[in-house]
Amino acid sequence: MKYLKQFLIILAVSLMGEILKSVLPLPIPASIYGMVLMFVFLLTGIIKLSQVRETGRFLIEIMPVMFIPAGVGLMSSWNVLEPVLLPVSVITVITIFTVMGATGLISQAIIRHSAKEAK
Amino acid sequence: MAEFMQNSAYAGVTISLVSYAIGAKLKRKFGFGFLNPLLISIIVTILVLVGCNVSYETYNEGAKYLSWLLTPATVCLAIPLYEEFELLKNNAKAVLLGVLAGVITSLLTVFVLAKMMGLSHQNYVTLLPKSITTAIGMGVSEELGGYVTITVAVIVITGVIGNILGEFICKLFRIQEPISKGLALGTAAHAIGTAKAMELGDVEGAMSSLSIAVAGVITVVLATLFASFM
Repeated sequence: MKYLKQFLIILAVSLMGEILKSVLPLPIPASIYGMVLMFVFLLTGIIKLSQVRETGRFLIEIMPVMFIPAGVGLMSSWNVLEPVLLPVSVITVITIFTVMGATGLISQAIIRHSAKEAK
Repeated sequence: MAEFMQNSAYAGVTISLVSYAIGAKLKRKFGFGFLNPLLISIIVTILVLVGCNVSYETYNEGAKYLSWLLTPATVCLAIPLYEEFELLKNNAKAVLLGVLAGVITSLLTVFVLAKMMGLSHQNYVTLLPKSITTAIGMGVSEELGGYVTITVAVIVITGVIGNILGEFICKLFRIQEPISKGLALGTAAHAIGTAKAMELGDVEGAMSSLSIAVAGVITVVLATLFASFM
């Protein structure tokens, strides 16, 4: 029963996200509205952690499985991917280097700068 | 056998889940980054479907219920974010500016390279959300009019490569602070990169999972802007 109740709360927040998406004209997925709502509800105590924790953990744990159907969809969009396979691969690999470099170095500079100031 | 497969609503999904479980087992046993259970499951499922001449539509009759769970699961990403809120508050400046720099760099790199190599608008917006978690990236790609299936494939492959090369890239750029290593892995390679960050240490792991949600939300906001550039 506990899991069902928790799932119900999570679904209700998902529904609110869906409603927001249909009302607001922004290109933002319903799941993101739901995520922000859930975060605000937890911060304000409208929803308590104990009311969603176990089911939430379970859903996050099995999340990779939910991407399988979209990944398998590649079999029907292969004809679109094939002609751009090389540029897509190049972009995929180079971006990993630039993003890790930017995030790592900038956050490191901030951490070291504030450590110096603290001294 | 093939004929049964072509009419079954459960066979395809079962193959997906079984190959995922086998992939997870291999990963635990050997620990190589390229043994990603999701990647293995996608490849095995496609091979079996093509081999038995089953259409994607037939497969999706059963598999769509897995996708249906994605919205509630994404909503639940707020739960770890809430649990790690103290960590976020204590390092707010490094987390927010570090992740923001990463997201802008990601969008900018995709933009510059896509422009240089002459990709179409649709291929360009397909790649824009490539660094963030699949749950959010799929939504962004769909909203911008990209090929969602290709976005998913690119996101997963980004994660796997980030997982494999993460430590090397940290050395290359002399990223030594544990907080920075975690942020870099989470921002560039989402949940699959976070798996590597958790191997490196607790601080790295927590920072990496924190940056997944932060990078996802910032990308949602900025990707629309970048989509209008090309």
